[in-house]
Amino acid sequence: MNAELTGAEITIRCLQEEGVQCIFGYPGGAVLFIYDELFKQDKVRHILVRHEQAAIHAADGYARSSDKVGVALVTSGPGVTNAVTGIATAYMDSIPLVIISGQVPTGAIGLDAFQEVDTVGITRPCVKHNFLVKDVSELAVTIKKAFYIASTGRPGPVLVDIPKDVTQQQAQFVYPGKVTMRSYNPVIKGNSRQIKKAAELILDAKRPMIYAGGGVILSDAAEQLTELARMLNFPCTNTLMGLGGFPATDKQSLGMLGMHGTYEANMAMQYCDVLIAVGARFDDRVIGNPKHFSNENRKIIHIDIDPSSISKRVKVDVPIVGDVLDVLKELIKLLKTEKKKPELPSLKEWWKQIDLWRERDCLRFDRDSKIIKPQMVIEKLYQITKGDAFITSDVGQHQMWAAQFYKFDKPRRWINSGGLGTMGFGMPAAMGVQLANPKGKVACITGEASIQMCIQELSTCKQYRLPLKIVNLNNRYMGMVRQWQEFFHGNRYAESYMNALPDFVKLSESYGHVGMKIEHPEDVEGALKEAFKLKDQLVFLDFITDQTENVFPMVPGGKGLSEMILV
Amino acid sequence: MRHIISLLMENESGALSRVAGLFSARGYNIESLTVAPTEDPTLSRMTLVTIGSDEVVEQVTKQLNKLIEVVKIIDLNEGDHIERELMLVKVRAIGVERDEMMRLTEIFRGSIIDVTNKSYTIELTGTSSKLDAFLESIDRSAVLETVRTGACGIGRGEWVLRV
Repeated sequence: MNAELTGAEITIRCLQEEGVQCIFGYPGGAVLFIYDELFKQDKVRHILVRHEQAAIHAADGYARSSDKVGVALVTSGPGVTNAVTGIATAYMDSIPLVIISGQVPTGAIGLDAFQEVDTVGITRPCVKHNFLVKDVSELAVTIKKAFYIASTGRPGPVLVDIPKDVTQQQAQFVYPGKVTMRSYNPVIKGNSRQIKKAAELILDAKRPMIYAGGGVILSDAAEQLTELARMLNFPCTNTLMGLGGFPATDKQSLGMLGMHGTYEANMAMQYCDVLIAVGARFDDRVIGNPKHFSNENRKIIHIDIDPSSISKRVKVDVPIVGDVLDVLKELIKLLKTEKKKPELPSLKEWWKQIDLWRERDCLRFDRDSKIIKPQMVIEKLYQITKGDAFITSDVGQHQMWAAQFYKFDKPRRWINSGGLGTMGFGMPAAMGVQLANPKGKVACITGEASIQMCIQELSTCKQYRLPLKIVNLNNRYMGMVRQWQEFFHGNRYAESYMNALPDFVKLSESYGHVGMKIEHPEDVEGALKEAFKLKDQLVFLDFITDQTENVFPMVPGGKGLSEMILV
Repeated sequence: MRHIISLLMENESGALSRVAGLFSARGYNIESLTVAPTEDPTLSRMTLVTIGSDEVVEQVTKQLNKLIEVVKIIDLNEGDHIERELMLVKVRAIGVERDEMMRLTEIFRGSIIDVTNKSYTIELTGTSSKLDAFLESIDRSAVLETVRTGACGIGRGEWVLRV
């Protein structure tokens, strides 16, 4: 008979059993017993953030860059409400997280106790699942279920709410090796008849297109996607979430598609006759107006693990529910045994058309500008890091430029908040990335508006010596808001100008980091090189960029993919 | 179109609010919702009536299926099914109204389950439209109170929903 352990001990033992090496959190009244147990051991490392939102983003960045489950620990009440933005961010992008939250003692629940909030209720719409543990004997199996649910099927955040008294009560500790749930059995293997139908469509295609999303990254199927595209010589576009799923430097890559996608990707998407959607969900920022998209006739194959993603916004012809990795392997196997080959002459014609679209050179910008162009900074960053850095971003123009100009050849290198669009995500996510990849080069591309939403994390970076490179594209505007105001609101820049900015150099120095201010195009390269030479230091690079630069191409809201505004 | 959706879910606290929350979050209509434990106390059976196009109802069932606590789900409209709803209606019953109410109750195969010198309480079971028809056929001003359970449904013959 094992000795009985307290709920707090059980919580930490569960994390150890799951092989969790690093968690992100912030202590408080309801989780004090859990923190006490953390203190007594050294297998699970705790990273103390400065705000709970950052704890979740850091766990999220950790998960995205490593394929492990990210873990965060927060206290009840405000600890949880602060975490909600982070949880919703992870939920929208299907990132596997386990969040452990403290709760007031069971006897106090519902009595408006100090730091009480209905955590399960507040987080319900933005988690894959959540639990309130009322009995310590249920704790271990609940945590096991949380990891299982978070990491299988379409991944997502799972929250476990533990009342303080449950962390004190004792129970036998047995960590289940495996859990099964009759109500949760994600489909992994695709239906072979559907896969066969897909193969037939693929081989009949005259103007094929592969449209690959974040599901390829989450399923670790970049290699298979690349194999499929290359064996067929089909063009491939990636969504914002899917960058790195197919090498951006490959000649078959058309770059990103969507609202700020390339001309060639959007046109090919609109005018293809067979579309192979892989782990992507036809969202509003990707296909624009679904009615306009449906004006053109095309057959759509859709591979996705989540049945509810299929035919949600766009009706598809061959749905395949299953894990992208599994389905792609099957599909490749099948195509290899087929005697029929893709129609070469029409494919050649199609590539000719695509090359004509490419000649539009939709990402061009003024390379001789006397003011720093943000695109140029990212190009230089790409060159200096040899395309091999982990890049996180915040949300706005800089995010789109990063997606357009940093050529991701590998998966899990591009970490951004695609679905929720959370400003303040970049730096805390980069902390998680750096902790998951201690030897990796990590840069956070941000703007002066976004970075201030979680600027307090400069302190965390100091404490744990995280040598991030913060690439701040400082245009003194909320750039994307300003761009929309210029295009759609008669140049009335309502509240989008950033007045009274801090001196970012001094600010970084006050936290013990290195700060640099770069004002001239000719200094960009040198500054970046110097920053990456400072291997053990966080360097905050404040680039003073062109205030009027806009992101092109742009598909305005409600418009069709082929109705782009071009530079 | 009106759809009647039947589901089995884990009989756990919070499961019902997940379903209700899903409908409000995604802007789906709920006409009615009934839920109670089954012969297996670990499971609850829920019947949902919703109105929407086929595409919307397809999304509704897919989203419901995604909820971790939902074990099984069927759209009863996909086959032959029976549905019943229970209504208790308290009516004014004074003078000539007393005989009239009793007759109508008999026609609709209801029963009077509580009587005072001024009122009857009538119990009526049937499809939702039958209950509507009953209310249509009596003097509206005589209705003092109505309580309806919302529809519950079951497939015909061999068609069963079970784990």
